Amino acid sequence: MNIIVCIKQVPETTSVRINPETNTLIREGVKSIINPFDMYAIEEGVRLKERFGGKVTIVTMGPPQADAALREAISMGADEGVLVCDRAFAGSDTWATSYTLSGAIKKLMPFDLIICGKQASDGDTAQVGPGISTHLNIPQVTYVKKVEEATDKSMRVERMLEEGYEIIETPLPALLTVVKEINEPRIPSLKGMLRAKSAKITVWGQKDLDLDPQNIGLCGSPTQVVKIFTPAQRVGGQILKGEVPEIASQVVELLRSEVN
Amino acid sequence: MDYLLTDEQKMIKELAHKIAEEKVRPVAAKYDISEEYPWEVIKVIAESDLFRLFIPEEYGGMCVNIMNLCLATEELSRACGGIAVCYAASALGTFPIVLFGNEEQKKKYLPDLASGKKVAAFAITEPEAGSDASAIKTTARKEGDYYILNGLKHFITNGGDAETYSVIAMTDKSRGARGASAFIVEKGTPGFTFGKKEDKFGIRASSTRELIFTDCKIPAKNLLSREGMGFIVTMKTFDMSRPGVAAQALGIAQGALELAVKYAKERQQFGKSISSFQGIQWMLADMATEVEAARALVYSCARAIDAGVKDVSKESAMAKMYTSDVAMKVTVDALQIFGGYGYMKDYPIEKYVRDAKITQIYEGTNQVQRNIIALQLIREMAK
Repeated sequence: MNIIVCIKQVPETTSVRINPETNTLIREGVKSIINPFDMYAIEEGVRLKERFGGKVTIVTMGPPQADAALREAISMGADEGVLVCDRAFAGSDTWATSYTLSGAIKKLMPFDLIICGKQASDGDTAQVGPGISTHLNIPQVTYVKKVEEATDKSMRVERMLEEGYEIIETPLPALLTVVKEINEPRIPSLKGMLRAKSAKITVWGQKDLDLDPQNIGLCGSPTQVVKIFTPAQRVGGQILKGEVPEIASQVVELLRSEVN
Repeated sequence: MDYLLTDEQKMIKELAHKIAEEKVRPVAAKYDISEEYPWEVIKVIAESDLFRLFIPEEYGGMCVNIMNLCLATEELSRACGGIAVCYAASALGTFPIVLFGNEEQKKKYLPDLASGKKVAAFAITEPEAGSDASAIKTTARKEGDYYILNGLKHFITNGGDAETYSVIAMTDKSRGARGASAFIVEKGTPGFTFGKKEDKFGIRASSTRELIFTDCKIPAKNLLSREGMGFIVTMKTFDMSRPGVAAQALGIAQGALELAVKYAKERQQFGKSISSFQGIQWMLADMATEVEAARALVYSCARAIDAGVKDVSKESAMAKMYTSDVAMKVTVDALQIFGGYGYMKDYPIEKYVRDAKITQIYEGTNQVQRNIIALQLIREMAK
C-alpha cells in the first residue's frame, strides 16, 4: 500500500501565549512540534504499512525548519519525506495550501491512500484534508477512528461522529482524516532516529510543481482575516430554583429584561 | 553544563527523556503502589532500541557503550528509579555474557536481550553472603555434560520476571573465592523456582525475589568462561555496571532537584514565592552543584571505560559511592523544600527519597566502595 501522510508543523499549543495588544500569537521562543493530530495520521500510516506492506511518504508545506517535522516522522517508521517549500507559498490559506499540497501529491502518483490529522491545533479549520481530496478528485472520509479492512481496491473504516459512529466503505485511492481515538502514536526507535538523521528530504518549490500561480500563496488565498480577537470568557449562568410555574415566570421576566 | 555529547548521545538522551516523560512519569506512582513489574513500559523501552545499548552489533545490539547506557539510565531514573532499575538490571545480567560468553552463548542469548523480548538478571547475593560475596553457599556439581545447582539466591533484581540469569555458584568449595564459577540459567529449567518476593522501601516497580535451585540440571555448556572464574566475572561485571548504578542515582537526584525548584517557585508563603528566600535558594544552589559534580564524575568514569582504560575499579567505585550519597542528600533536601506536603504520598517527592536509598546499598554498599577505593589508593602509592 502506497501511503501519503500530510502533516503540519505548529507551535506547541501548551506554550502558546497571545499578545493582548495585537491579539496575535507570540511565536518567539515557542517550540515547533508536529501537529498533535498528525501524529495519529503518521502512526496509522506506519501501522498500515506494517499490516499490508508498502511505503509511507510524509508531505508537509512549510518553511525550511519543517524539515525537522519530516525527520521526526521518519524516526517513527515513515520511509520518505517531501518538503514543499517556497516563498511563493507564504501566506496560503486552507484553499491555497490544499491546492499546493495536491500538486505535490500528483507528483507522487500512484498512491493508494492519503492520511491527514483531523485538523491542525493552530488553525483548527479541518479544511486542508478535505481540500486535498477535492483538488485530487478522490473520495474523502473524515474523522476516522478505525480502519477495519482494506484490500487493493477498497477500505472499510469507522467514522466517529458526535452521536455514535458510521461504518463506511470507500474505493481507493481515498483520503482519510483521523481522530485521536484511532491509535496511540509510538515513541521513535533509536534506529529510526539514526535513519531519520541521515535521510534525504526532497524539497519541492513552485518551479517543481505544476501549479496555477493564481491559486498559490497569499494572492491565491480567498480567505480574508478581518479581525482576530480572544473570545470573551463565558461567565457562569444563573440557576433558578423552585417550583416549575414559579421558575417559568422568572425565565419570562429575565428574557424580557434581556430584550429591553 | 555542556558535556560535549556526540550527536548519537544527544539522540539517546532525547529519546530516553521522551520515554521518561511520556511513558514512565505518568505511571510511576501506580507501580510504586502495586509493585507489579512494569511490562508496558519495558515494552516501550525495548521498541525504542534502548536494550541494544549494552550489546554488540553482531548480536543485535548497537555496540556496548557505557556512556550511552548511563545517559539512558539517568533520563529514565529522573522519572522513576524503580522502572529504570528494571532496565539497568537487565544490563547487569547481560554483561557476564557480553564479557565472558563464547560465540555459541552470545548467539543464543544476546539477540533476545538486545530486542528486549527477554530481560536478564544477575544473581550472586545470598542470605549469608552480601558484602562478603566469597561466603556464597550455592553449589554447582559437575555430572557428565551437566552441572547440578543447589542453593538459594536472594534480593535478585528482575528475579522471576527475567528469562535469562547469570548465576554465581561454587564449583570447588575448597578453593574459596577461586572456587566460584558463573553460569547461564534459563527460567523454566526444572529445579529452578522462585521464592519470596520482597516488599521494599523503594524502587518498588522493580521485582526482587529469591531464586531457589533444587537439583537444577543445566547443560555444562552454560558455564561462562571456565570453572573458578566466578569472581573475576563478577568483578568485571560490576566494573561495567557501577557507572549505571551511579547514573541511576544521578537521575533520581536530578529528578528531585527539578521537582524542588518547580515547587519552590510555585509555593507561596508570607506573600511571596518561597524561591525568593535565601534559605531555599542556598539549598537549591548546593543541591545543583553536588548533582553537577556527581554527573562530571559519572560521565568521566563511563568515558574512561569506553576508551578502554584498563583498571577502572577505583573510579567506578568513586562514581557509584559519591553519586548515591549525593542522591540521598539531594532527595532529602528536596523533600525538606516541599515541607509538610513533601512528607505526604500525594506528592511525588517522598518516593525519590525511598528510591535513592538503595543506590547507597546495592552493587556493593558504599562502605565496600570505600574499601575498593582505599585499597587501590594504597596499592598505587606502593608502586
